[in-house]
Amino acid sequence: MEILETVFVRNSLVVAFAVIGITIWISYFLAERLTNGRIHGSAIAIALGLVAAYFGGRATGGSTGVADITLLGGIGLMGGGMMRDFAIVATAFGVKLGELKKAGLAGVVSIFAGVVVSFIVGAVVAVLYGYTDPVTVTTIGAGAVTYIVGPVTGSALGAESDIIALSVAAGLIKSILVMIGTPLVAKSIGLDNPQSAMVFGGLMGTTSGVAAGLAATDPKLVPYGAMTATFYTGIGCLLGPSILFFIVNAVL
Amino acid sequence: MIVYGVALLSACLILGMLLGEALGVVLNVEANVGGVGIAMLFLVLASNSDKFKSLVDGASGAGIQFWSAMYIPIVVAMAARQNVVAAFEGGMLAVVAGVAAVIVSFALVPVISKIGDSKVSIEEKQ
Repeated sequence: MEILETVFVRNSLVVAFAVIGITIWISYFLAERLTNGRIHGSAIAIALGLVAAYFGGRATGGSTGVADITLLGGIGLMGGGMMRDFAIVATAFGVKLGELKKAGLAGVVSIFAGVVVSFIVGAVVAVLYGYTDPVTVTTIGAGAVTYIVGPVTGSALGAESDIIALSVAAGLIKSILVMIGTPLVAKSIGLDNPQSAMVFGGLMGTTSGVAAGLAATDPKLVPYGAMTATFYTGIGCLLGPSILFFIVNAVL
Repeated sequence: MIVYGVALLSACLILGMLLGEALGVVLNVEANVGGVGIAMLFLVLASNSDKFKSLVDGASGAGIQFWSAMYIPIVVAMAARQNVVAAFEGGMLAVVAGVAAVIVSFALVPVISKIGDSKVSIEEKQ
């Protein structure tokens, strides 16, 4: 037992890679078997992460989820702000600015409208639940944008970890709902051509949600939705801890 | 060289963070104002520019792609290290915020698609 602890603690980040890798493998397996691919494996993995954080927190009484468990301390480093921001910025690689031109005016409008509208909805819900602190309201609003814009905004503004957890959860609910709900509402929102698929991608923005939702509706539409969704998180990370925060700060 | 791409990615992030931090000072808020977004913008500009071709093509690009692919695993780790116990009682808030955001966004799809359509048809008429 002592040997195990010594090795695990000394190699904490490596342990984290292995544990997260296994978690993701299980999640993709479950996504395939239980939901027939309807819910993307990544959403299940993030949900498992939140559940694990709950039990980790319960077991240790600490405030950093499973990272408080001695053997899993590396998850704190792997999921920390530095690595997160590094990986998010990397996702901007390969984005072609020319795609934005192809998306046209409606596509561009949809990206900004999508970020702002989701943010407002999230922020209003936070206020209705009694939160008045601008940092908290902005973080939850950003979480309704995506589960990544929430934590990025929250860390930039210095929000508490439980508020960041809420923002991840809100974004996750959004993402899963887009995956499941898209084929159900596709007909009534006119989602049957490349143009509306691009607008859809820009409005929803959650890349995994858009890809899975469109794939279940009509696989031919996936690239069009992905084209605009790619820009969404970047715009969200840009607007969340800046203009949107200032507006909330001025209003509250 | 893989490390060239990784270094470019790092430079973009640090530059973005510095600008975000500086903006915070200028605007007198205790926050990093849009640093990550600014960094993403830099990387998009670099990967679309001919000047940085040697830093984003081939093996160098693979260095950036690796970190891009590690995004979801890192997000999973991030979720696993949050204070979910403290957030638990606010759980319904997260559900309501997520569901409401999706419903409103769904409703906007036909509206914004139409804006685009009308513009296209106007252009066609001209």
